[in-house]
Amino acid sequence: MTMKLSVIVIATILHFSNLILAQNVRVIDVVTLEKILNESNSDTRVVNFWATWCKPCIEELPYFEALRDNPLFNEVEVILISLDFVSDLDSRVNRFVEKQNIQSTVMLLDDTDYNSWINKIEQSWSGAIPATMFIQGETGKRIFFEKQFEPGELENELTNFIKH
Amino acid sequence: MKTLTLILLTMFFGAVFTTADKTGYQVGDYAMDFKLKNVDGEMVSLSDYSEAKGFILAFTCNTCPYAVLYEQRIIDLHESFASKGFPVIAINPNDPIKQPGDSFEEMKTRATDKNYPFPYLVDDTQEITRSYGATNTPHMYVLKNVNDKYQVMYIGAIDNNPKEPENVTKTYIVDAINAVLNKKDVPVKATKAIGCTIKWKSA
Repeated sequence: MTMKLSVIVIATILHFSNLILAQNVRVIDVVTLEKILNESNSDTRVVNFWATWCKPCIEELPYFEALRDNPLFNEVEVILISLDFVSDLDSRVNRFVEKQNIQSTVMLLDDTDYNSWINKIEQSWSGAIPATMFIQGETGKRIFFEKQFEPGELENELTNFIKH
Repeated sequence: MKTLTLILLTMFFGAVFTTADKTGYQVGDYAMDFKLKNVDGEMVSLSDYSEAKGFILAFTCNTCPYAVLYEQRIIDLHESFASKGFPVIAINPNDPIKQPGDSFEEMKTRATDKNYPFPYLVDDTQEITRSYGATNTPHMYVLKNVNDKYQVMYIGAIDNNPKEPENVTKTYIVDAINAVLNKKDVPVKATKAIGCTIKWKSA
């Protein structure tokens, strides 16, 4: 009887702690990432590769967050893929996400054998971050940017991508 | 005559590559020599090393967490291969205005603190970095001395695990150099790796 109660208490605490945190960053592998990129729903997906240790990445994150406030981009799903080490998930990534109150979905890609998967994501990618991919779910149309976006640039590029 | 040929070759290759998005050397290309300042104030060129069979060129820096993780491994590469004719030459490509931690003074401090057994050069104009085509730090080039020309034998990462040296399963640089030393084909000629972008100077 006491054992069952303990389990219920612990489960309840965990459940509520989940609600208190902004989001718990999910750890994924390359297979899962490929599934996410290849999903054929009609949404436009903006996938940004970043890391907490990457200064230019942090500088442009607000532009990605701002997309959700723009009615032009109601059909756009933003996914932020962190390339931090999985050992830094709580100390760096979750902490950063909570502190900055990041609303976009954040996932951590746990695979440091980079050469084995970079080409699967994008052949032209040298591996430098930040990097961003736009994906049209229905048509599979993609465009890849290996760069840091200047203010306004992300919106311009995304508007062009959606139109054509 | 040699200088003229070098200038003409550079102009030709420069013209060919400016239209492409990704510039820089491919494996098999002959790489340019340079004259860059070392942390001790002296100028260093590949041609200074008359006995070298080749080089391990490391575009690396003080500040990038990946460069820091690989720092000891770069030192280890020098300890392993300098005596076999392949010394390390490190080049810091970063703009010190954008990245003060990579200033020349900071480079001197780091090289002294860690007792770098190899030159740590600064690419002031970033011209060498652009010619080679380095994009992140660290970015490695294994060069082979072919009649005092420097052929690119390998480009890319040091190994396949930045965070856990003990869990490395693919030692790209070690394998490339051993292949060159044993006159065998380099098994993996180019690899990609996540890393900090090079801090390019503003126009």
